[in-house]
Amino acid sequence: MSRPELIAPPEIYYGDTESKKYTNNTRIQQVQADMTYRALELLNLPPAQPAFLLDIGCGSGLSGEILDDEGHIWAGVDIAPSMLEVALEREVEGDLFLQDIGQGFGFRPGSFDGAISISVLQWLLNAETSHPTSSPPHRLTRFFTTLFSALRNPSRAVLQFYPSSDDQIQLITSLAQKAGFGGGLVVDYPNSNKAKKVFLVLMVGSGGQVPQGLQGGAEGVENEEKVKFEKRRERAKARASMKKKSIKGKDWVLKKKELYRQRGKEDVPRDSKYTARKRKIRF
Amino acid sequence: MVRLITHNLLACHAKGCTSNNFPLQLKDVQIALREADFNPDFVRGFMPKIEWNALVNAARQLGDSSLPAEQPEMIDDDLLKALHHVLLEIHIEEGQMTCPNCNHVYPISNGIPNMLLAEHEIA
Repeated sequence: MSRPELIAPPEIYYGDTESKKYTNNTRIQQVQADMTYRALELLNLPPAQPAFLLDIGCGSGLSGEILDDEGHIWAGVDIAPSMLEVALEREVEGDLFLQDIGQGFGFRPGSFDGAISISVLQWLLNAETSHPTSSPPHRLTRFFTTLFSALRNPSRAVLQFYPSSDDQIQLITSLAQKAGFGGGLVVDYPNSNKAKKVFLVLMVGSGGQVPQGLQGGAEGVENEEKVKFEKRRERAKARASMKKKSIKGKDWVLKKKELYRQRGKEDVPRDSKYTARKRKIRF
Repeated sequence: MVRLITHNLLACHAKGCTSNNFPLQLKDVQIALREADFNPDFVRGFMPKIEWNALVNAARQLGDSSLPAEQPEMIDDDLLKALHHVLLEIHIEEGQMTCPNCNHVYPISNGIPNMLLAEHEIA
């Protein structure tokens, strides 16, 4: 998978040409739309009620259009001016802000009924300068704390992102929890390399349980449940564990003692309820 | 495309600027009016979040005095329509927003406010 966040900071990577490419690519449009619908589903907004949402990293407004279609009113922030320019050209409905989410938001407490963010958080994981406010943990903390206060209670924020390691997931979830959020990670199609999508579902107040990730393969993605020769390995494992189990159990000890008695060996201990019983751990 | 709905939610987020940082003062603004679909449920649901004084002052500054100075107890259709117009149809195209506390200036150009902070202003 290509990792544009390793190439340049977002405001530079998404320059004029890249913004246009991104917005006009039908495959990206499709992926973005799918993820936005899924994020809306995970947001679990009250039905048939227009909400005021925040689109974090709105870019050219691809997901914003879907929010419009669903009847919601939204405001979007993005750090790439070229992307926002494309959004202006496309005449999206929402309010746009040029903002670095790592610097935090200035919204009043309880402003939004929910927040979504598609493919953004991974951009916060690279330090651009050596200044202390530029370190990923600092920026993430600032982002999460200000986002937490900008959300209404109860509400949710659904942030889809592409983590490149488990450490990144660990860092992000722990910082979100420190900022006061409940919730956790929802992984859709965990067995598929291509269709796998990671959503961070953050809850303010009594959001309830973390929803389940979608299982199985997505359409058009091959779903390989098992690796080749998996069965053979499983059988070998089962055989090994069976052998191990039979060693020095109670039956084995009793059989041995019986054998010794038959042979006339002296001092064979009597059988009792303590025979072959495991010692307590503390011993 | 800053509408008053977001202006009414926006406070200054510079380092150490935590009190008296709302509302951001509008200056040298050019506005554009664009019609939006009237959605009474949304406006009614949004009402509890509104800082009434800030909204009325901002609206008057932009030349719209359809809202009463005090938040009325009764919510009728006329009020909802007036609120809808003020919140969602007045777009600020150019100008600047200044924090009343730290005097940080957030310039608005092409309808997009620049909320970026300099390194020393980041909390």
